[in-house]
Amino acid sequence: MAENGKLKLGLYWAASCGGCEIAIVELREKILDLDAAADILFWPCAMDYKYKDVEAMPDGHIDVCLFNGAIRSSENEEMAHLLREKAKVLVAFGSCAHEGCIPGLGNMFDRQSIFNRVYLETPSTDNPDGIFPQTSYQMPEGEVHIPSFYNTVKTLAQVEDVDYFVPGCPPQAPQIWAVIEAILGGDLPPKGTVVGASPNKTVCDECKYDREEKRVAKFYRPHEIIPEDRCLFDQGIICAGPATRAGCGALCMEVDLPCRGCYGPAPNVVDQGAALLSAVASVVDADTEEEAARIVNEVVDPVGTFYRFGLPASMLHRRKLEEVE
Amino acid sequence: MSNNGNGFEPRIVGFLCNWCTYAAADTAGVSRMKQAANVDIIRVMCSGRVDPTFILKAFVEGADGVIVSGCHPPGDCHYSTGNFKTFRRMPMVEALLEQYGIEKGRFHWGWISGAEAPMWAKLVNEFTEQVRGLGPLDWKRQLQSKEE
Repeated sequence: MAENGKLKLGLYWAASCGGCEIAIVELREKILDLDAAADILFWPCAMDYKYKDVEAMPDGHIDVCLFNGAIRSSENEEMAHLLREKAKVLVAFGSCAHEGCIPGLGNMFDRQSIFNRVYLETPSTDNPDGIFPQTSYQMPEGEVHIPSFYNTVKTLAQVEDVDYFVPGCPPQAPQIWAVIEAILGGDLPPKGTVVGASPNKTVCDECKYDREEKRVAKFYRPHEIIPEDRCLFDQGIICAGPATRAGCGALCMEVDLPCRGCYGPAPNVVDQGAALLSAVASVVDADTEEEAARIVNEVVDPVGTFYRFGLPASMLHRRKLEEVE
Repeated sequence: MSNNGNGFEPRIVGFLCNWCTYAAADTAGVSRMKQAANVDIIRVMCSGRVDPTFILKAFVEGADGVIVSGCHPPGDCHYSTGNFKTFRRMPMVEALLEQYGIEKGRFHWGWISGAEAPMWAKLVNEFTEQVRGLGPLDWKRQLQSKEE
């Protein structure tokens, strides 16, 4: 704590969309309480700070760093190491830092195939000389460098030692506030705990619908069906609720959209995608092998569906690389 | 199985149900049927017990191939319908592995009854050669790939 008794807080974004920053602003008037209780030392999204300001801090100067975003580039990884040094408590904040999230689906590709798509193949690209980003370039004024783009998106915990995890895409404001209150009160759980979410429930437990374990003869994607007012899973809409940790308040189902799994694997689940796959397979209404194969083959994009928010944190981490460097 | 110096020896994990395929493998062994020594057998009470996590874990931990085998549906299952769970689940696992870039030939699931020991020996030999042809999977290397 600073001499003024205020908590020294740092916030950083790596490979993320900015939604986690919005989630903090979504504290609304409580942000004033946050300001009263904490000095924000570093928050590139909202305030003007330079990396050299952080480098100049003594080690452990920041009390708590909320780090959102996945590790996609060498810059992200460098900042993860730097902030680990400067922060007493490093929190993987939001789904990207926790388990890779949507940027993590890039793990179905590699650097070169992503570059080909982005810099050559998209219909709006005009790049007749086939120029790709270079990590260093000689200018008349000297050599300039940009960060390198990784083959594999990683979670924060895969590159640095993380103290706590706050799940969600984005974390819900009341949960964020509960975490901040816990930090301010010094009421911290054991290292490595997932905070700001349920310790022992799945999204189904919070959902307004009750599952009736109906058999499903056909699976639908959300845009293919107008659901009735009952469990979406029972209607054949793949819902990640059974495999996902509770804590969000089952918000998506409030508007009849299926859970997509952003709060990460349910407590005691090792691999969220494998758990969801099992849950889906268990309702397939088929008593012959042929019928079962026909129904399950209707599931489009199994990896994208079952691991939408957690591919880098899953057991396999990524699609097989054609060539391993 | 380790690399014996001049060739690659595939390491295969077989999840076999206690009542049918494990019995077949046992019979194949005591009958001294000639089979490749590349399959590490894990006995489970039912092929329906095989969580997809087990299969993924086998590949991550170094398996080059995985076999899941149980009792013939519809009637052979010791628990009546345990193998129904298998055939509802495994096609989806197949699709998942394919999307992950794990070749089709590295995963086999099916049925061998306790009376079909020669079929087990044949599967072991054919599957081992098939996986040998695909080469090492070495998934851990994917995870340690260098970034620069």
